[in-house]
Amino acid sequence: MDQLSGGDMLIRALHDEGVEIIFGYPGGAVLHIYDAIFRQDKVEHILVRHEQAATHAADGYARATGKPGVVLVTSGPGATNAITGLATAYMDSIPMIVISGQVESRMIGTDGFQETDMVGISRPIVKHSFMVQKAEDIPLVIKKAFHISTTGRPGPVVIDIPKDATDPKATFAYDYPKEVKMRSYSVPGKGHSGQIKKAIELLLDAKRPMIYTGGGVIQGEGSELLTKLTRKLGFPITNTLMGLGAFPASDKQFLGMLGMHGTYEANMAMHNCDVLLCIGARFDDRVTNSDTSKFCPNAKILHVDIDPAAISKTVTADIPIVGSVNSVLEEMLQLLNSSKKTINAKELENWWSQIDAWREKKCLEINSRSDGIILPQQAVRAVFEITKGDAYVSSDVGQHQMFAAQHYGFDKPRRWINSGGLGTMGFGFPAAMGVQFAFPDEISVCITGEGSFLMNQQEFATCMQYSLPIKIICLNNQALGMVKQWQDMQYGGRYSHSTYSESLPDFSKLAEAYGHVGMKISKSDELYPKLEEAFAMKEKLVFVDILVDPDEHVYPMAIKGGAMKDMVLSKTERT
Amino acid sequence: MRHIISVLMENEPGALSRVVGLFSQRNYNIDSLTVAPTEDTSLSRLTLTTTGDDARIEQITKHLNKLVDVVKLVDLTEGAHIERELMLIKIKASGTQRSEVKRVADIFRGQVVDLTSSVFTVQLTGTEEKLDAFIAALGDNPVLEVARTGVSGISRGEKTLSL
Repeated sequence: MDQLSGGDMLIRALHDEGVEIIFGYPGGAVLHIYDAIFRQDKVEHILVRHEQAATHAADGYARATGKPGVVLVTSGPGATNAITGLATAYMDSIPMIVISGQVESRMIGTDGFQETDMVGISRPIVKHSFMVQKAEDIPLVIKKAFHISTTGRPGPVVIDIPKDATDPKATFAYDYPKEVKMRSYSVPGKGHSGQIKKAIELLLDAKRPMIYTGGGVIQGEGSELLTKLTRKLGFPITNTLMGLGAFPASDKQFLGMLGMHGTYEANMAMHNCDVLLCIGARFDDRVTNSDTSKFCPNAKILHVDIDPAAISKTVTADIPIVGSVNSVLEEMLQLLNSSKKTINAKELENWWSQIDAWREKKCLEINSRSDGIILPQQAVRAVFEITKGDAYVSSDVGQHQMFAAQHYGFDKPRRWINSGGLGTMGFGFPAAMGVQFAFPDEISVCITGEGSFLMNQQEFATCMQYSLPIKIICLNNQALGMVKQWQDMQYGGRYSHSTYSESLPDFSKLAEAYGHVGMKISKSDELYPKLEEAFAMKEKLVFVDILVDPDEHVYPMAIKGGAMKDMVLSKTERT
Repeated sequence: MRHIISVLMENEPGALSRVVGLFSQRNYNIDSLTVAPTEDTSLSRLTLTTTGDDARIEQITKHLNKLVDVVKLVDLTEGAHIERELMLIKIKASGTQRSEVKRVADIFRGQVVDLTSSVFTVQLTGTEEKLDAFIAALGDNPVLEVARTGVSGISRGEKTLSL
């Protein structure tokens, strides 16, 4: 058994846990750990330029791979800078481990230099947290942290380590636990068979069924079985913003995203359905609209989730099923295969003709402008076509995020990387770095806006250091587009602090200043040739600054206080 | 409706703050709270009273169960149970008031645990309601100080909250 210091044990334990890469930023309280990193070559450390970016990069890595993202930051400001990234991961249930340095244990509570109560500050936005009390606890704490973070409903876990616990002078016999049992933490397994049986019966009796699935299907690696089940049933399906890619967007059974900026057909089918099968989604207010009493008024609701607290939180479930997505889907398929009863084919046909009539609205149709000004939707479609719909797409938050979700059709899970729950501007670029580290040979695109991009632009330097060939597609409308849209719609067009066109940098020059390639596109006939040129530069980071119509709005848009059927469809039309 | 929830949790630093934090974070109400280690010192038992409709109480118990430090919990008000609270109360009383205060304390089966020429300190155990009733029964006798422990409770019969 090796005799190791706390710092060495930490890095060795990460390696034993299968960690290949960590994102971080050094500082006083973690210097022993950084020295341990220096003296080994098993775990790669990526130096970012701001701790927030470390968390988002780890988050992007986790979303794209399904493996937990790992972050290392120092105490005080290092720890507080990680908070936004923790909250982002918490809201979207992303497995992540944030290791923060802490002042020496004898100094805790004395307001020491760079001291902050990380466990306290992060408490409401973590699945769990640990404060290491003794160096010899480090291997077990790491084991527990990964176990908690990655099982059940995943989430971020903080490990706060006082500096003295990583002191190289004190060494201990290192033994990494093979497994961990915690009497106070258990993971739900299979769903209740009786409930699943009842659910199948209701589904087979349905006249106007609807399937609505969220990020849980992606987290639970349930896409394949979901696709099988949905095709077997022949029912219409919609995905939440977090769930895009769980069911192929190119499949005719897919009605598009639902919710605040969901398609007309998806929202109408939700409102009018008589049986709703929800899997791994949480009836978020961006889906249900604000007044849940008007939500799916005639539907029996079947809710499958691994987290019992997600069930009947905002919308009461008629048949709750607590269990892992895959086990429930598997059992549902088995029951269907052995069932003598069949689906109500005639009713389903009628339901589909109703849905096809709604589809005729063509709510996402683009009417391109004759003056050559680019519409943001056109830019997203061009990226979709040039990347053959097979890129990893990260996004920031705002109009560009919704345009990307609506117009880039995802056929595979884990391709769409965005901050859905917290809505964190500045997420996209570092997340795209995490994706590129995970998959160096794949295309990692960041669809962003100029407002969001400015929030983590410093990562240009990280991309140069590690030669990351990310393609940044900036839909530049010279304003905080979503804020401005709301100000147009609800505040009489009074643009309070949402415009700044006079002070925007020349983004292509900014990219060039870091040694990257910058491009500018302002006319629609340049869109395809220039984007093709950008994506052909496989070794380079290219920042494509696309000047888009500043007055474009995202539609459809839910009408506040209404039901899901209540939508604004364009600047002049509403349901 | 008022509920008494008893929680068995790991006796570890930070555990209590996670429980209390959950209530403020999710806008749930805590009316009283009491916590101490059990016969197994690796475990603490926390008992709290809260109010809410069935849906809210269901969410509270689900979220408590989600906390990694929480081993088990029970909503005592769902079944037959015993609840007790301890109160130490200082009452100003001199002259004829002294016998009046003693008489009220006796009626409520309170014990006088300390006495000066002008102050009675009474110890009283019972339900929240009984302690409230005692304070009301003191009438005009001035209450100087009240120290209440908050409600603790246990199920009747065979049912236990243990590992």
